[in-house]
Order: sequence, then structure tokens, then C-alpha cells
Amino acid sequence: MSEGQVKKIMYVNRKAPYGTIYALESLEVVLIAAAFDQDVSLVFMDDGVYQLKKGHQTKGIEVKNFQPTYRALDDYDVNKLYVEKEALEARGLTEEDMCVPVEVFSAAEIGKLMDEQDVLLSF
Amino acid sequence: MLHIVNKSPLERSTLDSCLAAAQPGAAVLLIEDGVYAATRGNAAESKLRAASARLEIYVLAPDLEARGMAQALAEGVKPVDYAGFVELVVQHKNCQSWL
Repeated sequence: MSEGQVKKIMYVNRKAPYGTIYALESLEVVLIAAAFDQDVSLVFMDDGVYQLKKGHQTKGIEVKNFQPTYRALDDYDVNKLYVEKEALEARGLTEEDMCVPVEVFSAAEIGKLMDEQDVLLSF
Repeated sequence: MLHIVNKSPLERSTLDSCLAAAQPGAAVLLIEDGVYAATRGNAAESKLRAASARLEIYVLAPDLEARGMAQALAEGVKPVDYAGFVELVVQHKNCQSWL
């Protein structure tokens, strides 16, 4: 990557938060990559929308609750968070259930955004 | 862009997720257990055929062959070998793997 060139990088999150390590790993990569000043966006589709469901309480399963980290993303200038409309509806969730400000788009609209990216990283 | 699906359509919903997002003219490559979607008689065959009107559908032939399904390849799906896989990746600007 040549110096000064800003790439559009999209992180695609499609898995529920604690059953697998994907959600946490994605967040770690986003935070590391945030240091490089790229045009970053995060997409939450399918079970990935559960990552942002307000009110995670993980004490009982003795796993780190990483939900507060999503609220810190804005401090790293990561503020393009897109959530799939159909995924929310299929899970009885609404935008108000999300722990951070997001934009809600249909799967097709998200597909259009994908088309515009230089790089997509899937989790 | 290129979309890659590697899960059986009867075990996971990744093919549905892919088809819902993919824009007209995009390419979809089925690999590993994803190849079952491109076989005659599979429950996903009709939705794949409908999608082939607006998307280019490819299947990785070695994965079909490994599963004894090479003769069952559905109409409208183009088989590619590993070199063809690389060619698809090179031809497209970007790529989404529906893990």
C-alpha cells in the first residue's frame, strides 16, 4: 500500500457474540487497524446483529464482556456502523436495541456498499 | 465483485445471505460443501437457478468431484478448476467470503 493512500475497508460481522471467537477477534482487528487511518466501516448481518444487542452480562459464563469496546470505536474515528434490517426483524430486534448509534440498511443496500470497498474482511 | 460460499445450503443459511446481498452482475463461487447447492435435486437448486438470471454462478469442480457430484451439476452453473478460481479472484475488484 503506497503511503497516504486511503483504502475503503469493510469488516463484515455475521456471527453471534460468545458462542465462537469471531466477534471478539473482529473487534481486535478493527482496533489494531484503526491506527492506520483508513476508511473503515463495520457491517452487522445475520446473527452478527446480536453483537450489538444492549445489555450483555457475561459474569455467569466467565468470559470477558467486550460490548463496552463498541462504544469506544468512535474514539478511534470508527463510526460507520451498518446493521442489516432483515436480520433485526428476524430476531425481534429494533435499532433501539443496539448499544451504539448505527445506520440500518437492507441486505441489498449493504450489498451495494460492499461493491464500493477495496477490501472486505469477513468474521 | 466476487462472492464465495463454502457451506452446504441445507446446513447453513450463508447462501441465502449471499444471494440477498449480491448485486446484479456479481459473481458467486461455490466451494467446499457449498457445491451441493449446484447439484440437481438439491432443495437449493431452484433458488440458484433463479439467481443465475442476474448473477454469474460458478462451482469449484474438484470439490464437486471429491463429493461424487460431478455428474449432478445443475444447469446454468459454470465449473472452474483451481486456476479458474484464481482467475475469478484476479478478475474482480473485491471479494466477500460468506463464512
